[in-house]
Amino acid sequence: MSGFLGKLSWDALPYDPIVITTLCVVAVVGAIVAFLVIKNNLLGVLWRDWLTSVDHKKLGIMYIVLAFVMLVRGFADAIMMRLQLALATNGDPGYLPPHHYDQIFTAHGVIMIIFMAMPFMIGLMNIVVPLQIGARDVAFPFLNNLSFWLAASGAILVNISLGLGEFAKTGWVAYPPLAGLEYSPGVGVDYYIWALQISGIGTTLTAVNFLVTVFKMRTPGMKLMDMPIFTWTCTWANILIAASFPILTAVLAMLTLDRYLDFHFFTNDGGGNSMMYINLFWAWGHPEVYILVLPAFGIFSEIVSTFTGKRLFGYKSMVWATASISILGFIVWLHHFFTMGSSANVNAFFGIMTMIIAVPTGVKLFNWLFTMYRGRLRITVPVLWTLGFMVTFTVGGMTGVLLAVPGADYVLHNSLFLIAHFHNTIIGGAVFGYLAGFAFWFPKAMGFHLNVKLGKAAFWCWLVGFFLAFMPLYVLGFLGMTRRLNHTDNPDWNIWLYIALCGAIVIFAGIICQFLQLFVSFRDRKQNLDTTGDPWNGHTLEWSTASPPQFYNFAELPIVSDIDAFTDMKEKGTAYQRKESYAPIHMPKNTSAGIIMGGLLTAFGFAMIWHIWWLAIASLLGTVATFIVRAYTKDVDYYVQPDEVAQIENEHLDNVAKG
Amino acid sequence: MSTAMNTHDAHEAGAHHDEHHDTGSNTVFGFWLYLMTDCLLFASIFATYAVLFMNTAGGVSGEDIFDLELILAGTAALLFSSITYGFAMISAHRKNKAGTLGWLAVTFLFGACFIALEIYEFHHLIVNGHGPQASAFLSAFFTLVGTHGLHVTAGMIWMVILMIEVAKTGLTGRAITRISCLSLFWHFLDVVWICVFTVVYLMGAI
Repeated sequence: MSGFLGKLSWDALPYDPIVITTLCVVAVVGAIVAFLVIKNNLLGVLWRDWLTSVDHKKLGIMYIVLAFVMLVRGFADAIMMRLQLALATNGDPGYLPPHHYDQIFTAHGVIMIIFMAMPFMIGLMNIVVPLQIGARDVAFPFLNNLSFWLAASGAILVNISLGLGEFAKTGWVAYPPLAGLEYSPGVGVDYYIWALQISGIGTTLTAVNFLVTVFKMRTPGMKLMDMPIFTWTCTWANILIAASFPILTAVLAMLTLDRYLDFHFFTNDGGGNSMMYINLFWAWGHPEVYILVLPAFGIFSEIVSTFTGKRLFGYKSMVWATASISILGFIVWLHHFFTMGSSANVNAFFGIMTMIIAVPTGVKLFNWLFTMYRGRLRITVPVLWTLGFMVTFTVGGMTGVLLAVPGADYVLHNSLFLIAHFHNTIIGGAVFGYLAGFAFWFPKAMGFHLNVKLGKAAFWCWLVGFFLAFMPLYVLGFLGMTRRLNHTDNPDWNIWLYIALCGAIVIFAGIICQFLQLFVSFRDRKQNLDTTGDPWNGHTLEWSTASPPQFYNFAELPIVSDIDAFTDMKEKGTAYQRKESYAPIHMPKNTSAGIIMGGLLTAFGFAMIWHIWWLAIASLLGTVATFIVRAYTKDVDYYVQPDEVAQIENEHLDNVAKG
Repeated sequence: MSTAMNTHDAHEAGAHHDEHHDTGSNTVFGFWLYLMTDCLLFASIFATYAVLFMNTAGGVSGEDIFDLELILAGTAALLFSSITYGFAMISAHRKNKAGTLGWLAVTFLFGACFIALEIYEFHHLIVNGHGPQASAFLSAFFTLVGTHGLHVTAGMIWMVILMIEVAKTGLTGRAITRISCLSLFWHFLDVVWICVFTVVYLMGAI
């Protein structure tokens, strides 16, 4: 039997100088942030207005903060790997021993997909979707807060693994039998399991929440085929989440049973079948990449139509293309393991389905081109990201079609060609999209503009850095270099590895520009306020609110009769109308139940990882008890009085008139 | 088109009496969506069972260990509990507090019978050396049946909490919404059980 602290002992502390240095830096930065918060008396504000907030806009901002923090962590992993591979050539061992290097590539993948891209996407969706459909909040505001804290809980667990114990050394897919107890006896895979499990449940709840929101809470007059395109793409992403994340929950639970209770789902002995894990994992994992990229497509659509000053070309075909991608996304998962011995006919089916996805994606690309055609594209930062995406993503899409040919995949599988391909689509598609959306909606969410020069510098660094870092990987793939190598001994590869490192450094410059941009924009915010709420001459309802939007979003629910509802109002002259009187507005109250449950579940995950059973039981019971108490709290809402609404609305309308 | 208009009308009606913030229908719809995600969780476990049920690792298979008469009794208890839950629902809509509480109590007892029989079955298998560690088939079997059992147990805990709420505050709008959600949950678990009964027990024993 394990002791009071389970498997946790002094041995769990790090001894690696790199890790110790990192932890010291994190501790110093954390101390500075804590000091600034306490010195400026912000603790109360932080708790009352942010951490316990049920306001979708604030939760969205917190999601994006989480995404930026995890971007730094994930990028640190990336540049360490590139540096290792540039140093460890010609048989040199480099500076990262294999056991550390293996944790880094696993953490990089998990963090970038689950804790950077997902929070970024969900953050933008939180800020924008309720505003676009003219709703005052999401259907279940408390659940929305809880979802955020479950995502944060998973991120905290991943970060704890840096200081206590280890992270998985299996790659981000954690295939058994390698991820089973026999070959991964440490706590690394357990960190992986609980971080993904807890945050994954939060993601499922988010999807349910937003599906109810868009199906039941659209403003009067807005039919489904009147919804703004970003809302549509998010809706399809949410359908994909609701349909695929339960598979992840199930497969992680089975791996848990294998590791904790000696079950035989995926073990080599006892009749286990590890291929079952791989199938289930990708039945979630493939839809997951569309969950990431579809909302990005929506962002580009909004940007292209806004900055050309035109309607989106082919709105309906855009919605149906999104639908086809979503459905096809569920019948292609086997292309992740063509080489694992399915029959030729099975491989052919999945290969053809994969290639067909290029068709609706092409429809989207042409729609954007036709929207620009004969328009006057204003070259702003969001537009730069969009143009960069259209070029980059097309390259990534075509290498994807190439990989979809099973015969070609037999040659390129597991090589750096694959790594280049999926970074090409995820960075060029999803990340560029989120950064475009970030630049586009930042004035709306924060009330001031971002610095344009630094925004453009960030874009160019990312774009150039991306091509420098990843085009060499295509070449290396053709030269036969496989993925997850710790060191190499082939002089032909060296030059390409050096170029890739240069690319990573240029991307690093891009990230620095992004943070400098935030700093400079915040410093100069007084000069760059967005007083009108409509900085880009926008088409959709979010631009009809103030920047940042009134906490109740809409004093009166707008009545819409057009896809570009706000453009329609501006043309008809019905925008910005003063009302004689306002009705009281019903709003949810903030609650600490979400952060308490998130904290308790973090403790639960930690206890399960280290086999501290008493803590696991206590924290799980505490979570359930908190939920029940919350379910029976009566004091959950209040009314905003008409005079307060009138004061806020008049202030906004005065600002619009001045602007 | 007519559907769109209906939603529209309903929505507009909802907007007018926004003061009540009548979120009951949103809650039920949201809960139904959650059940669909739960359904996919079960589907994943069913798929795994279908792949693994012949992997007995030289040990017992379904026909060696399933006691169909015991399962029939458990199945009957669960199916009757769905009917009695239906009566509780009818009572709730008639604002009959005593009837609601009574039928919920009967439903709870049927659920308890089902869980008792399942625990008996699991215990019996484990002491005879057919625990989930014995083979992939048994791992999948225990996980599939056990996940359903855990759901039923969670439903019973929820039922007790709901009965306390109804006893204390009566059949308020919020209580009826929650009774409706639990109703969906309970019937959903019945449907899942019918699949378990057919795929695992009947097909396994034949």
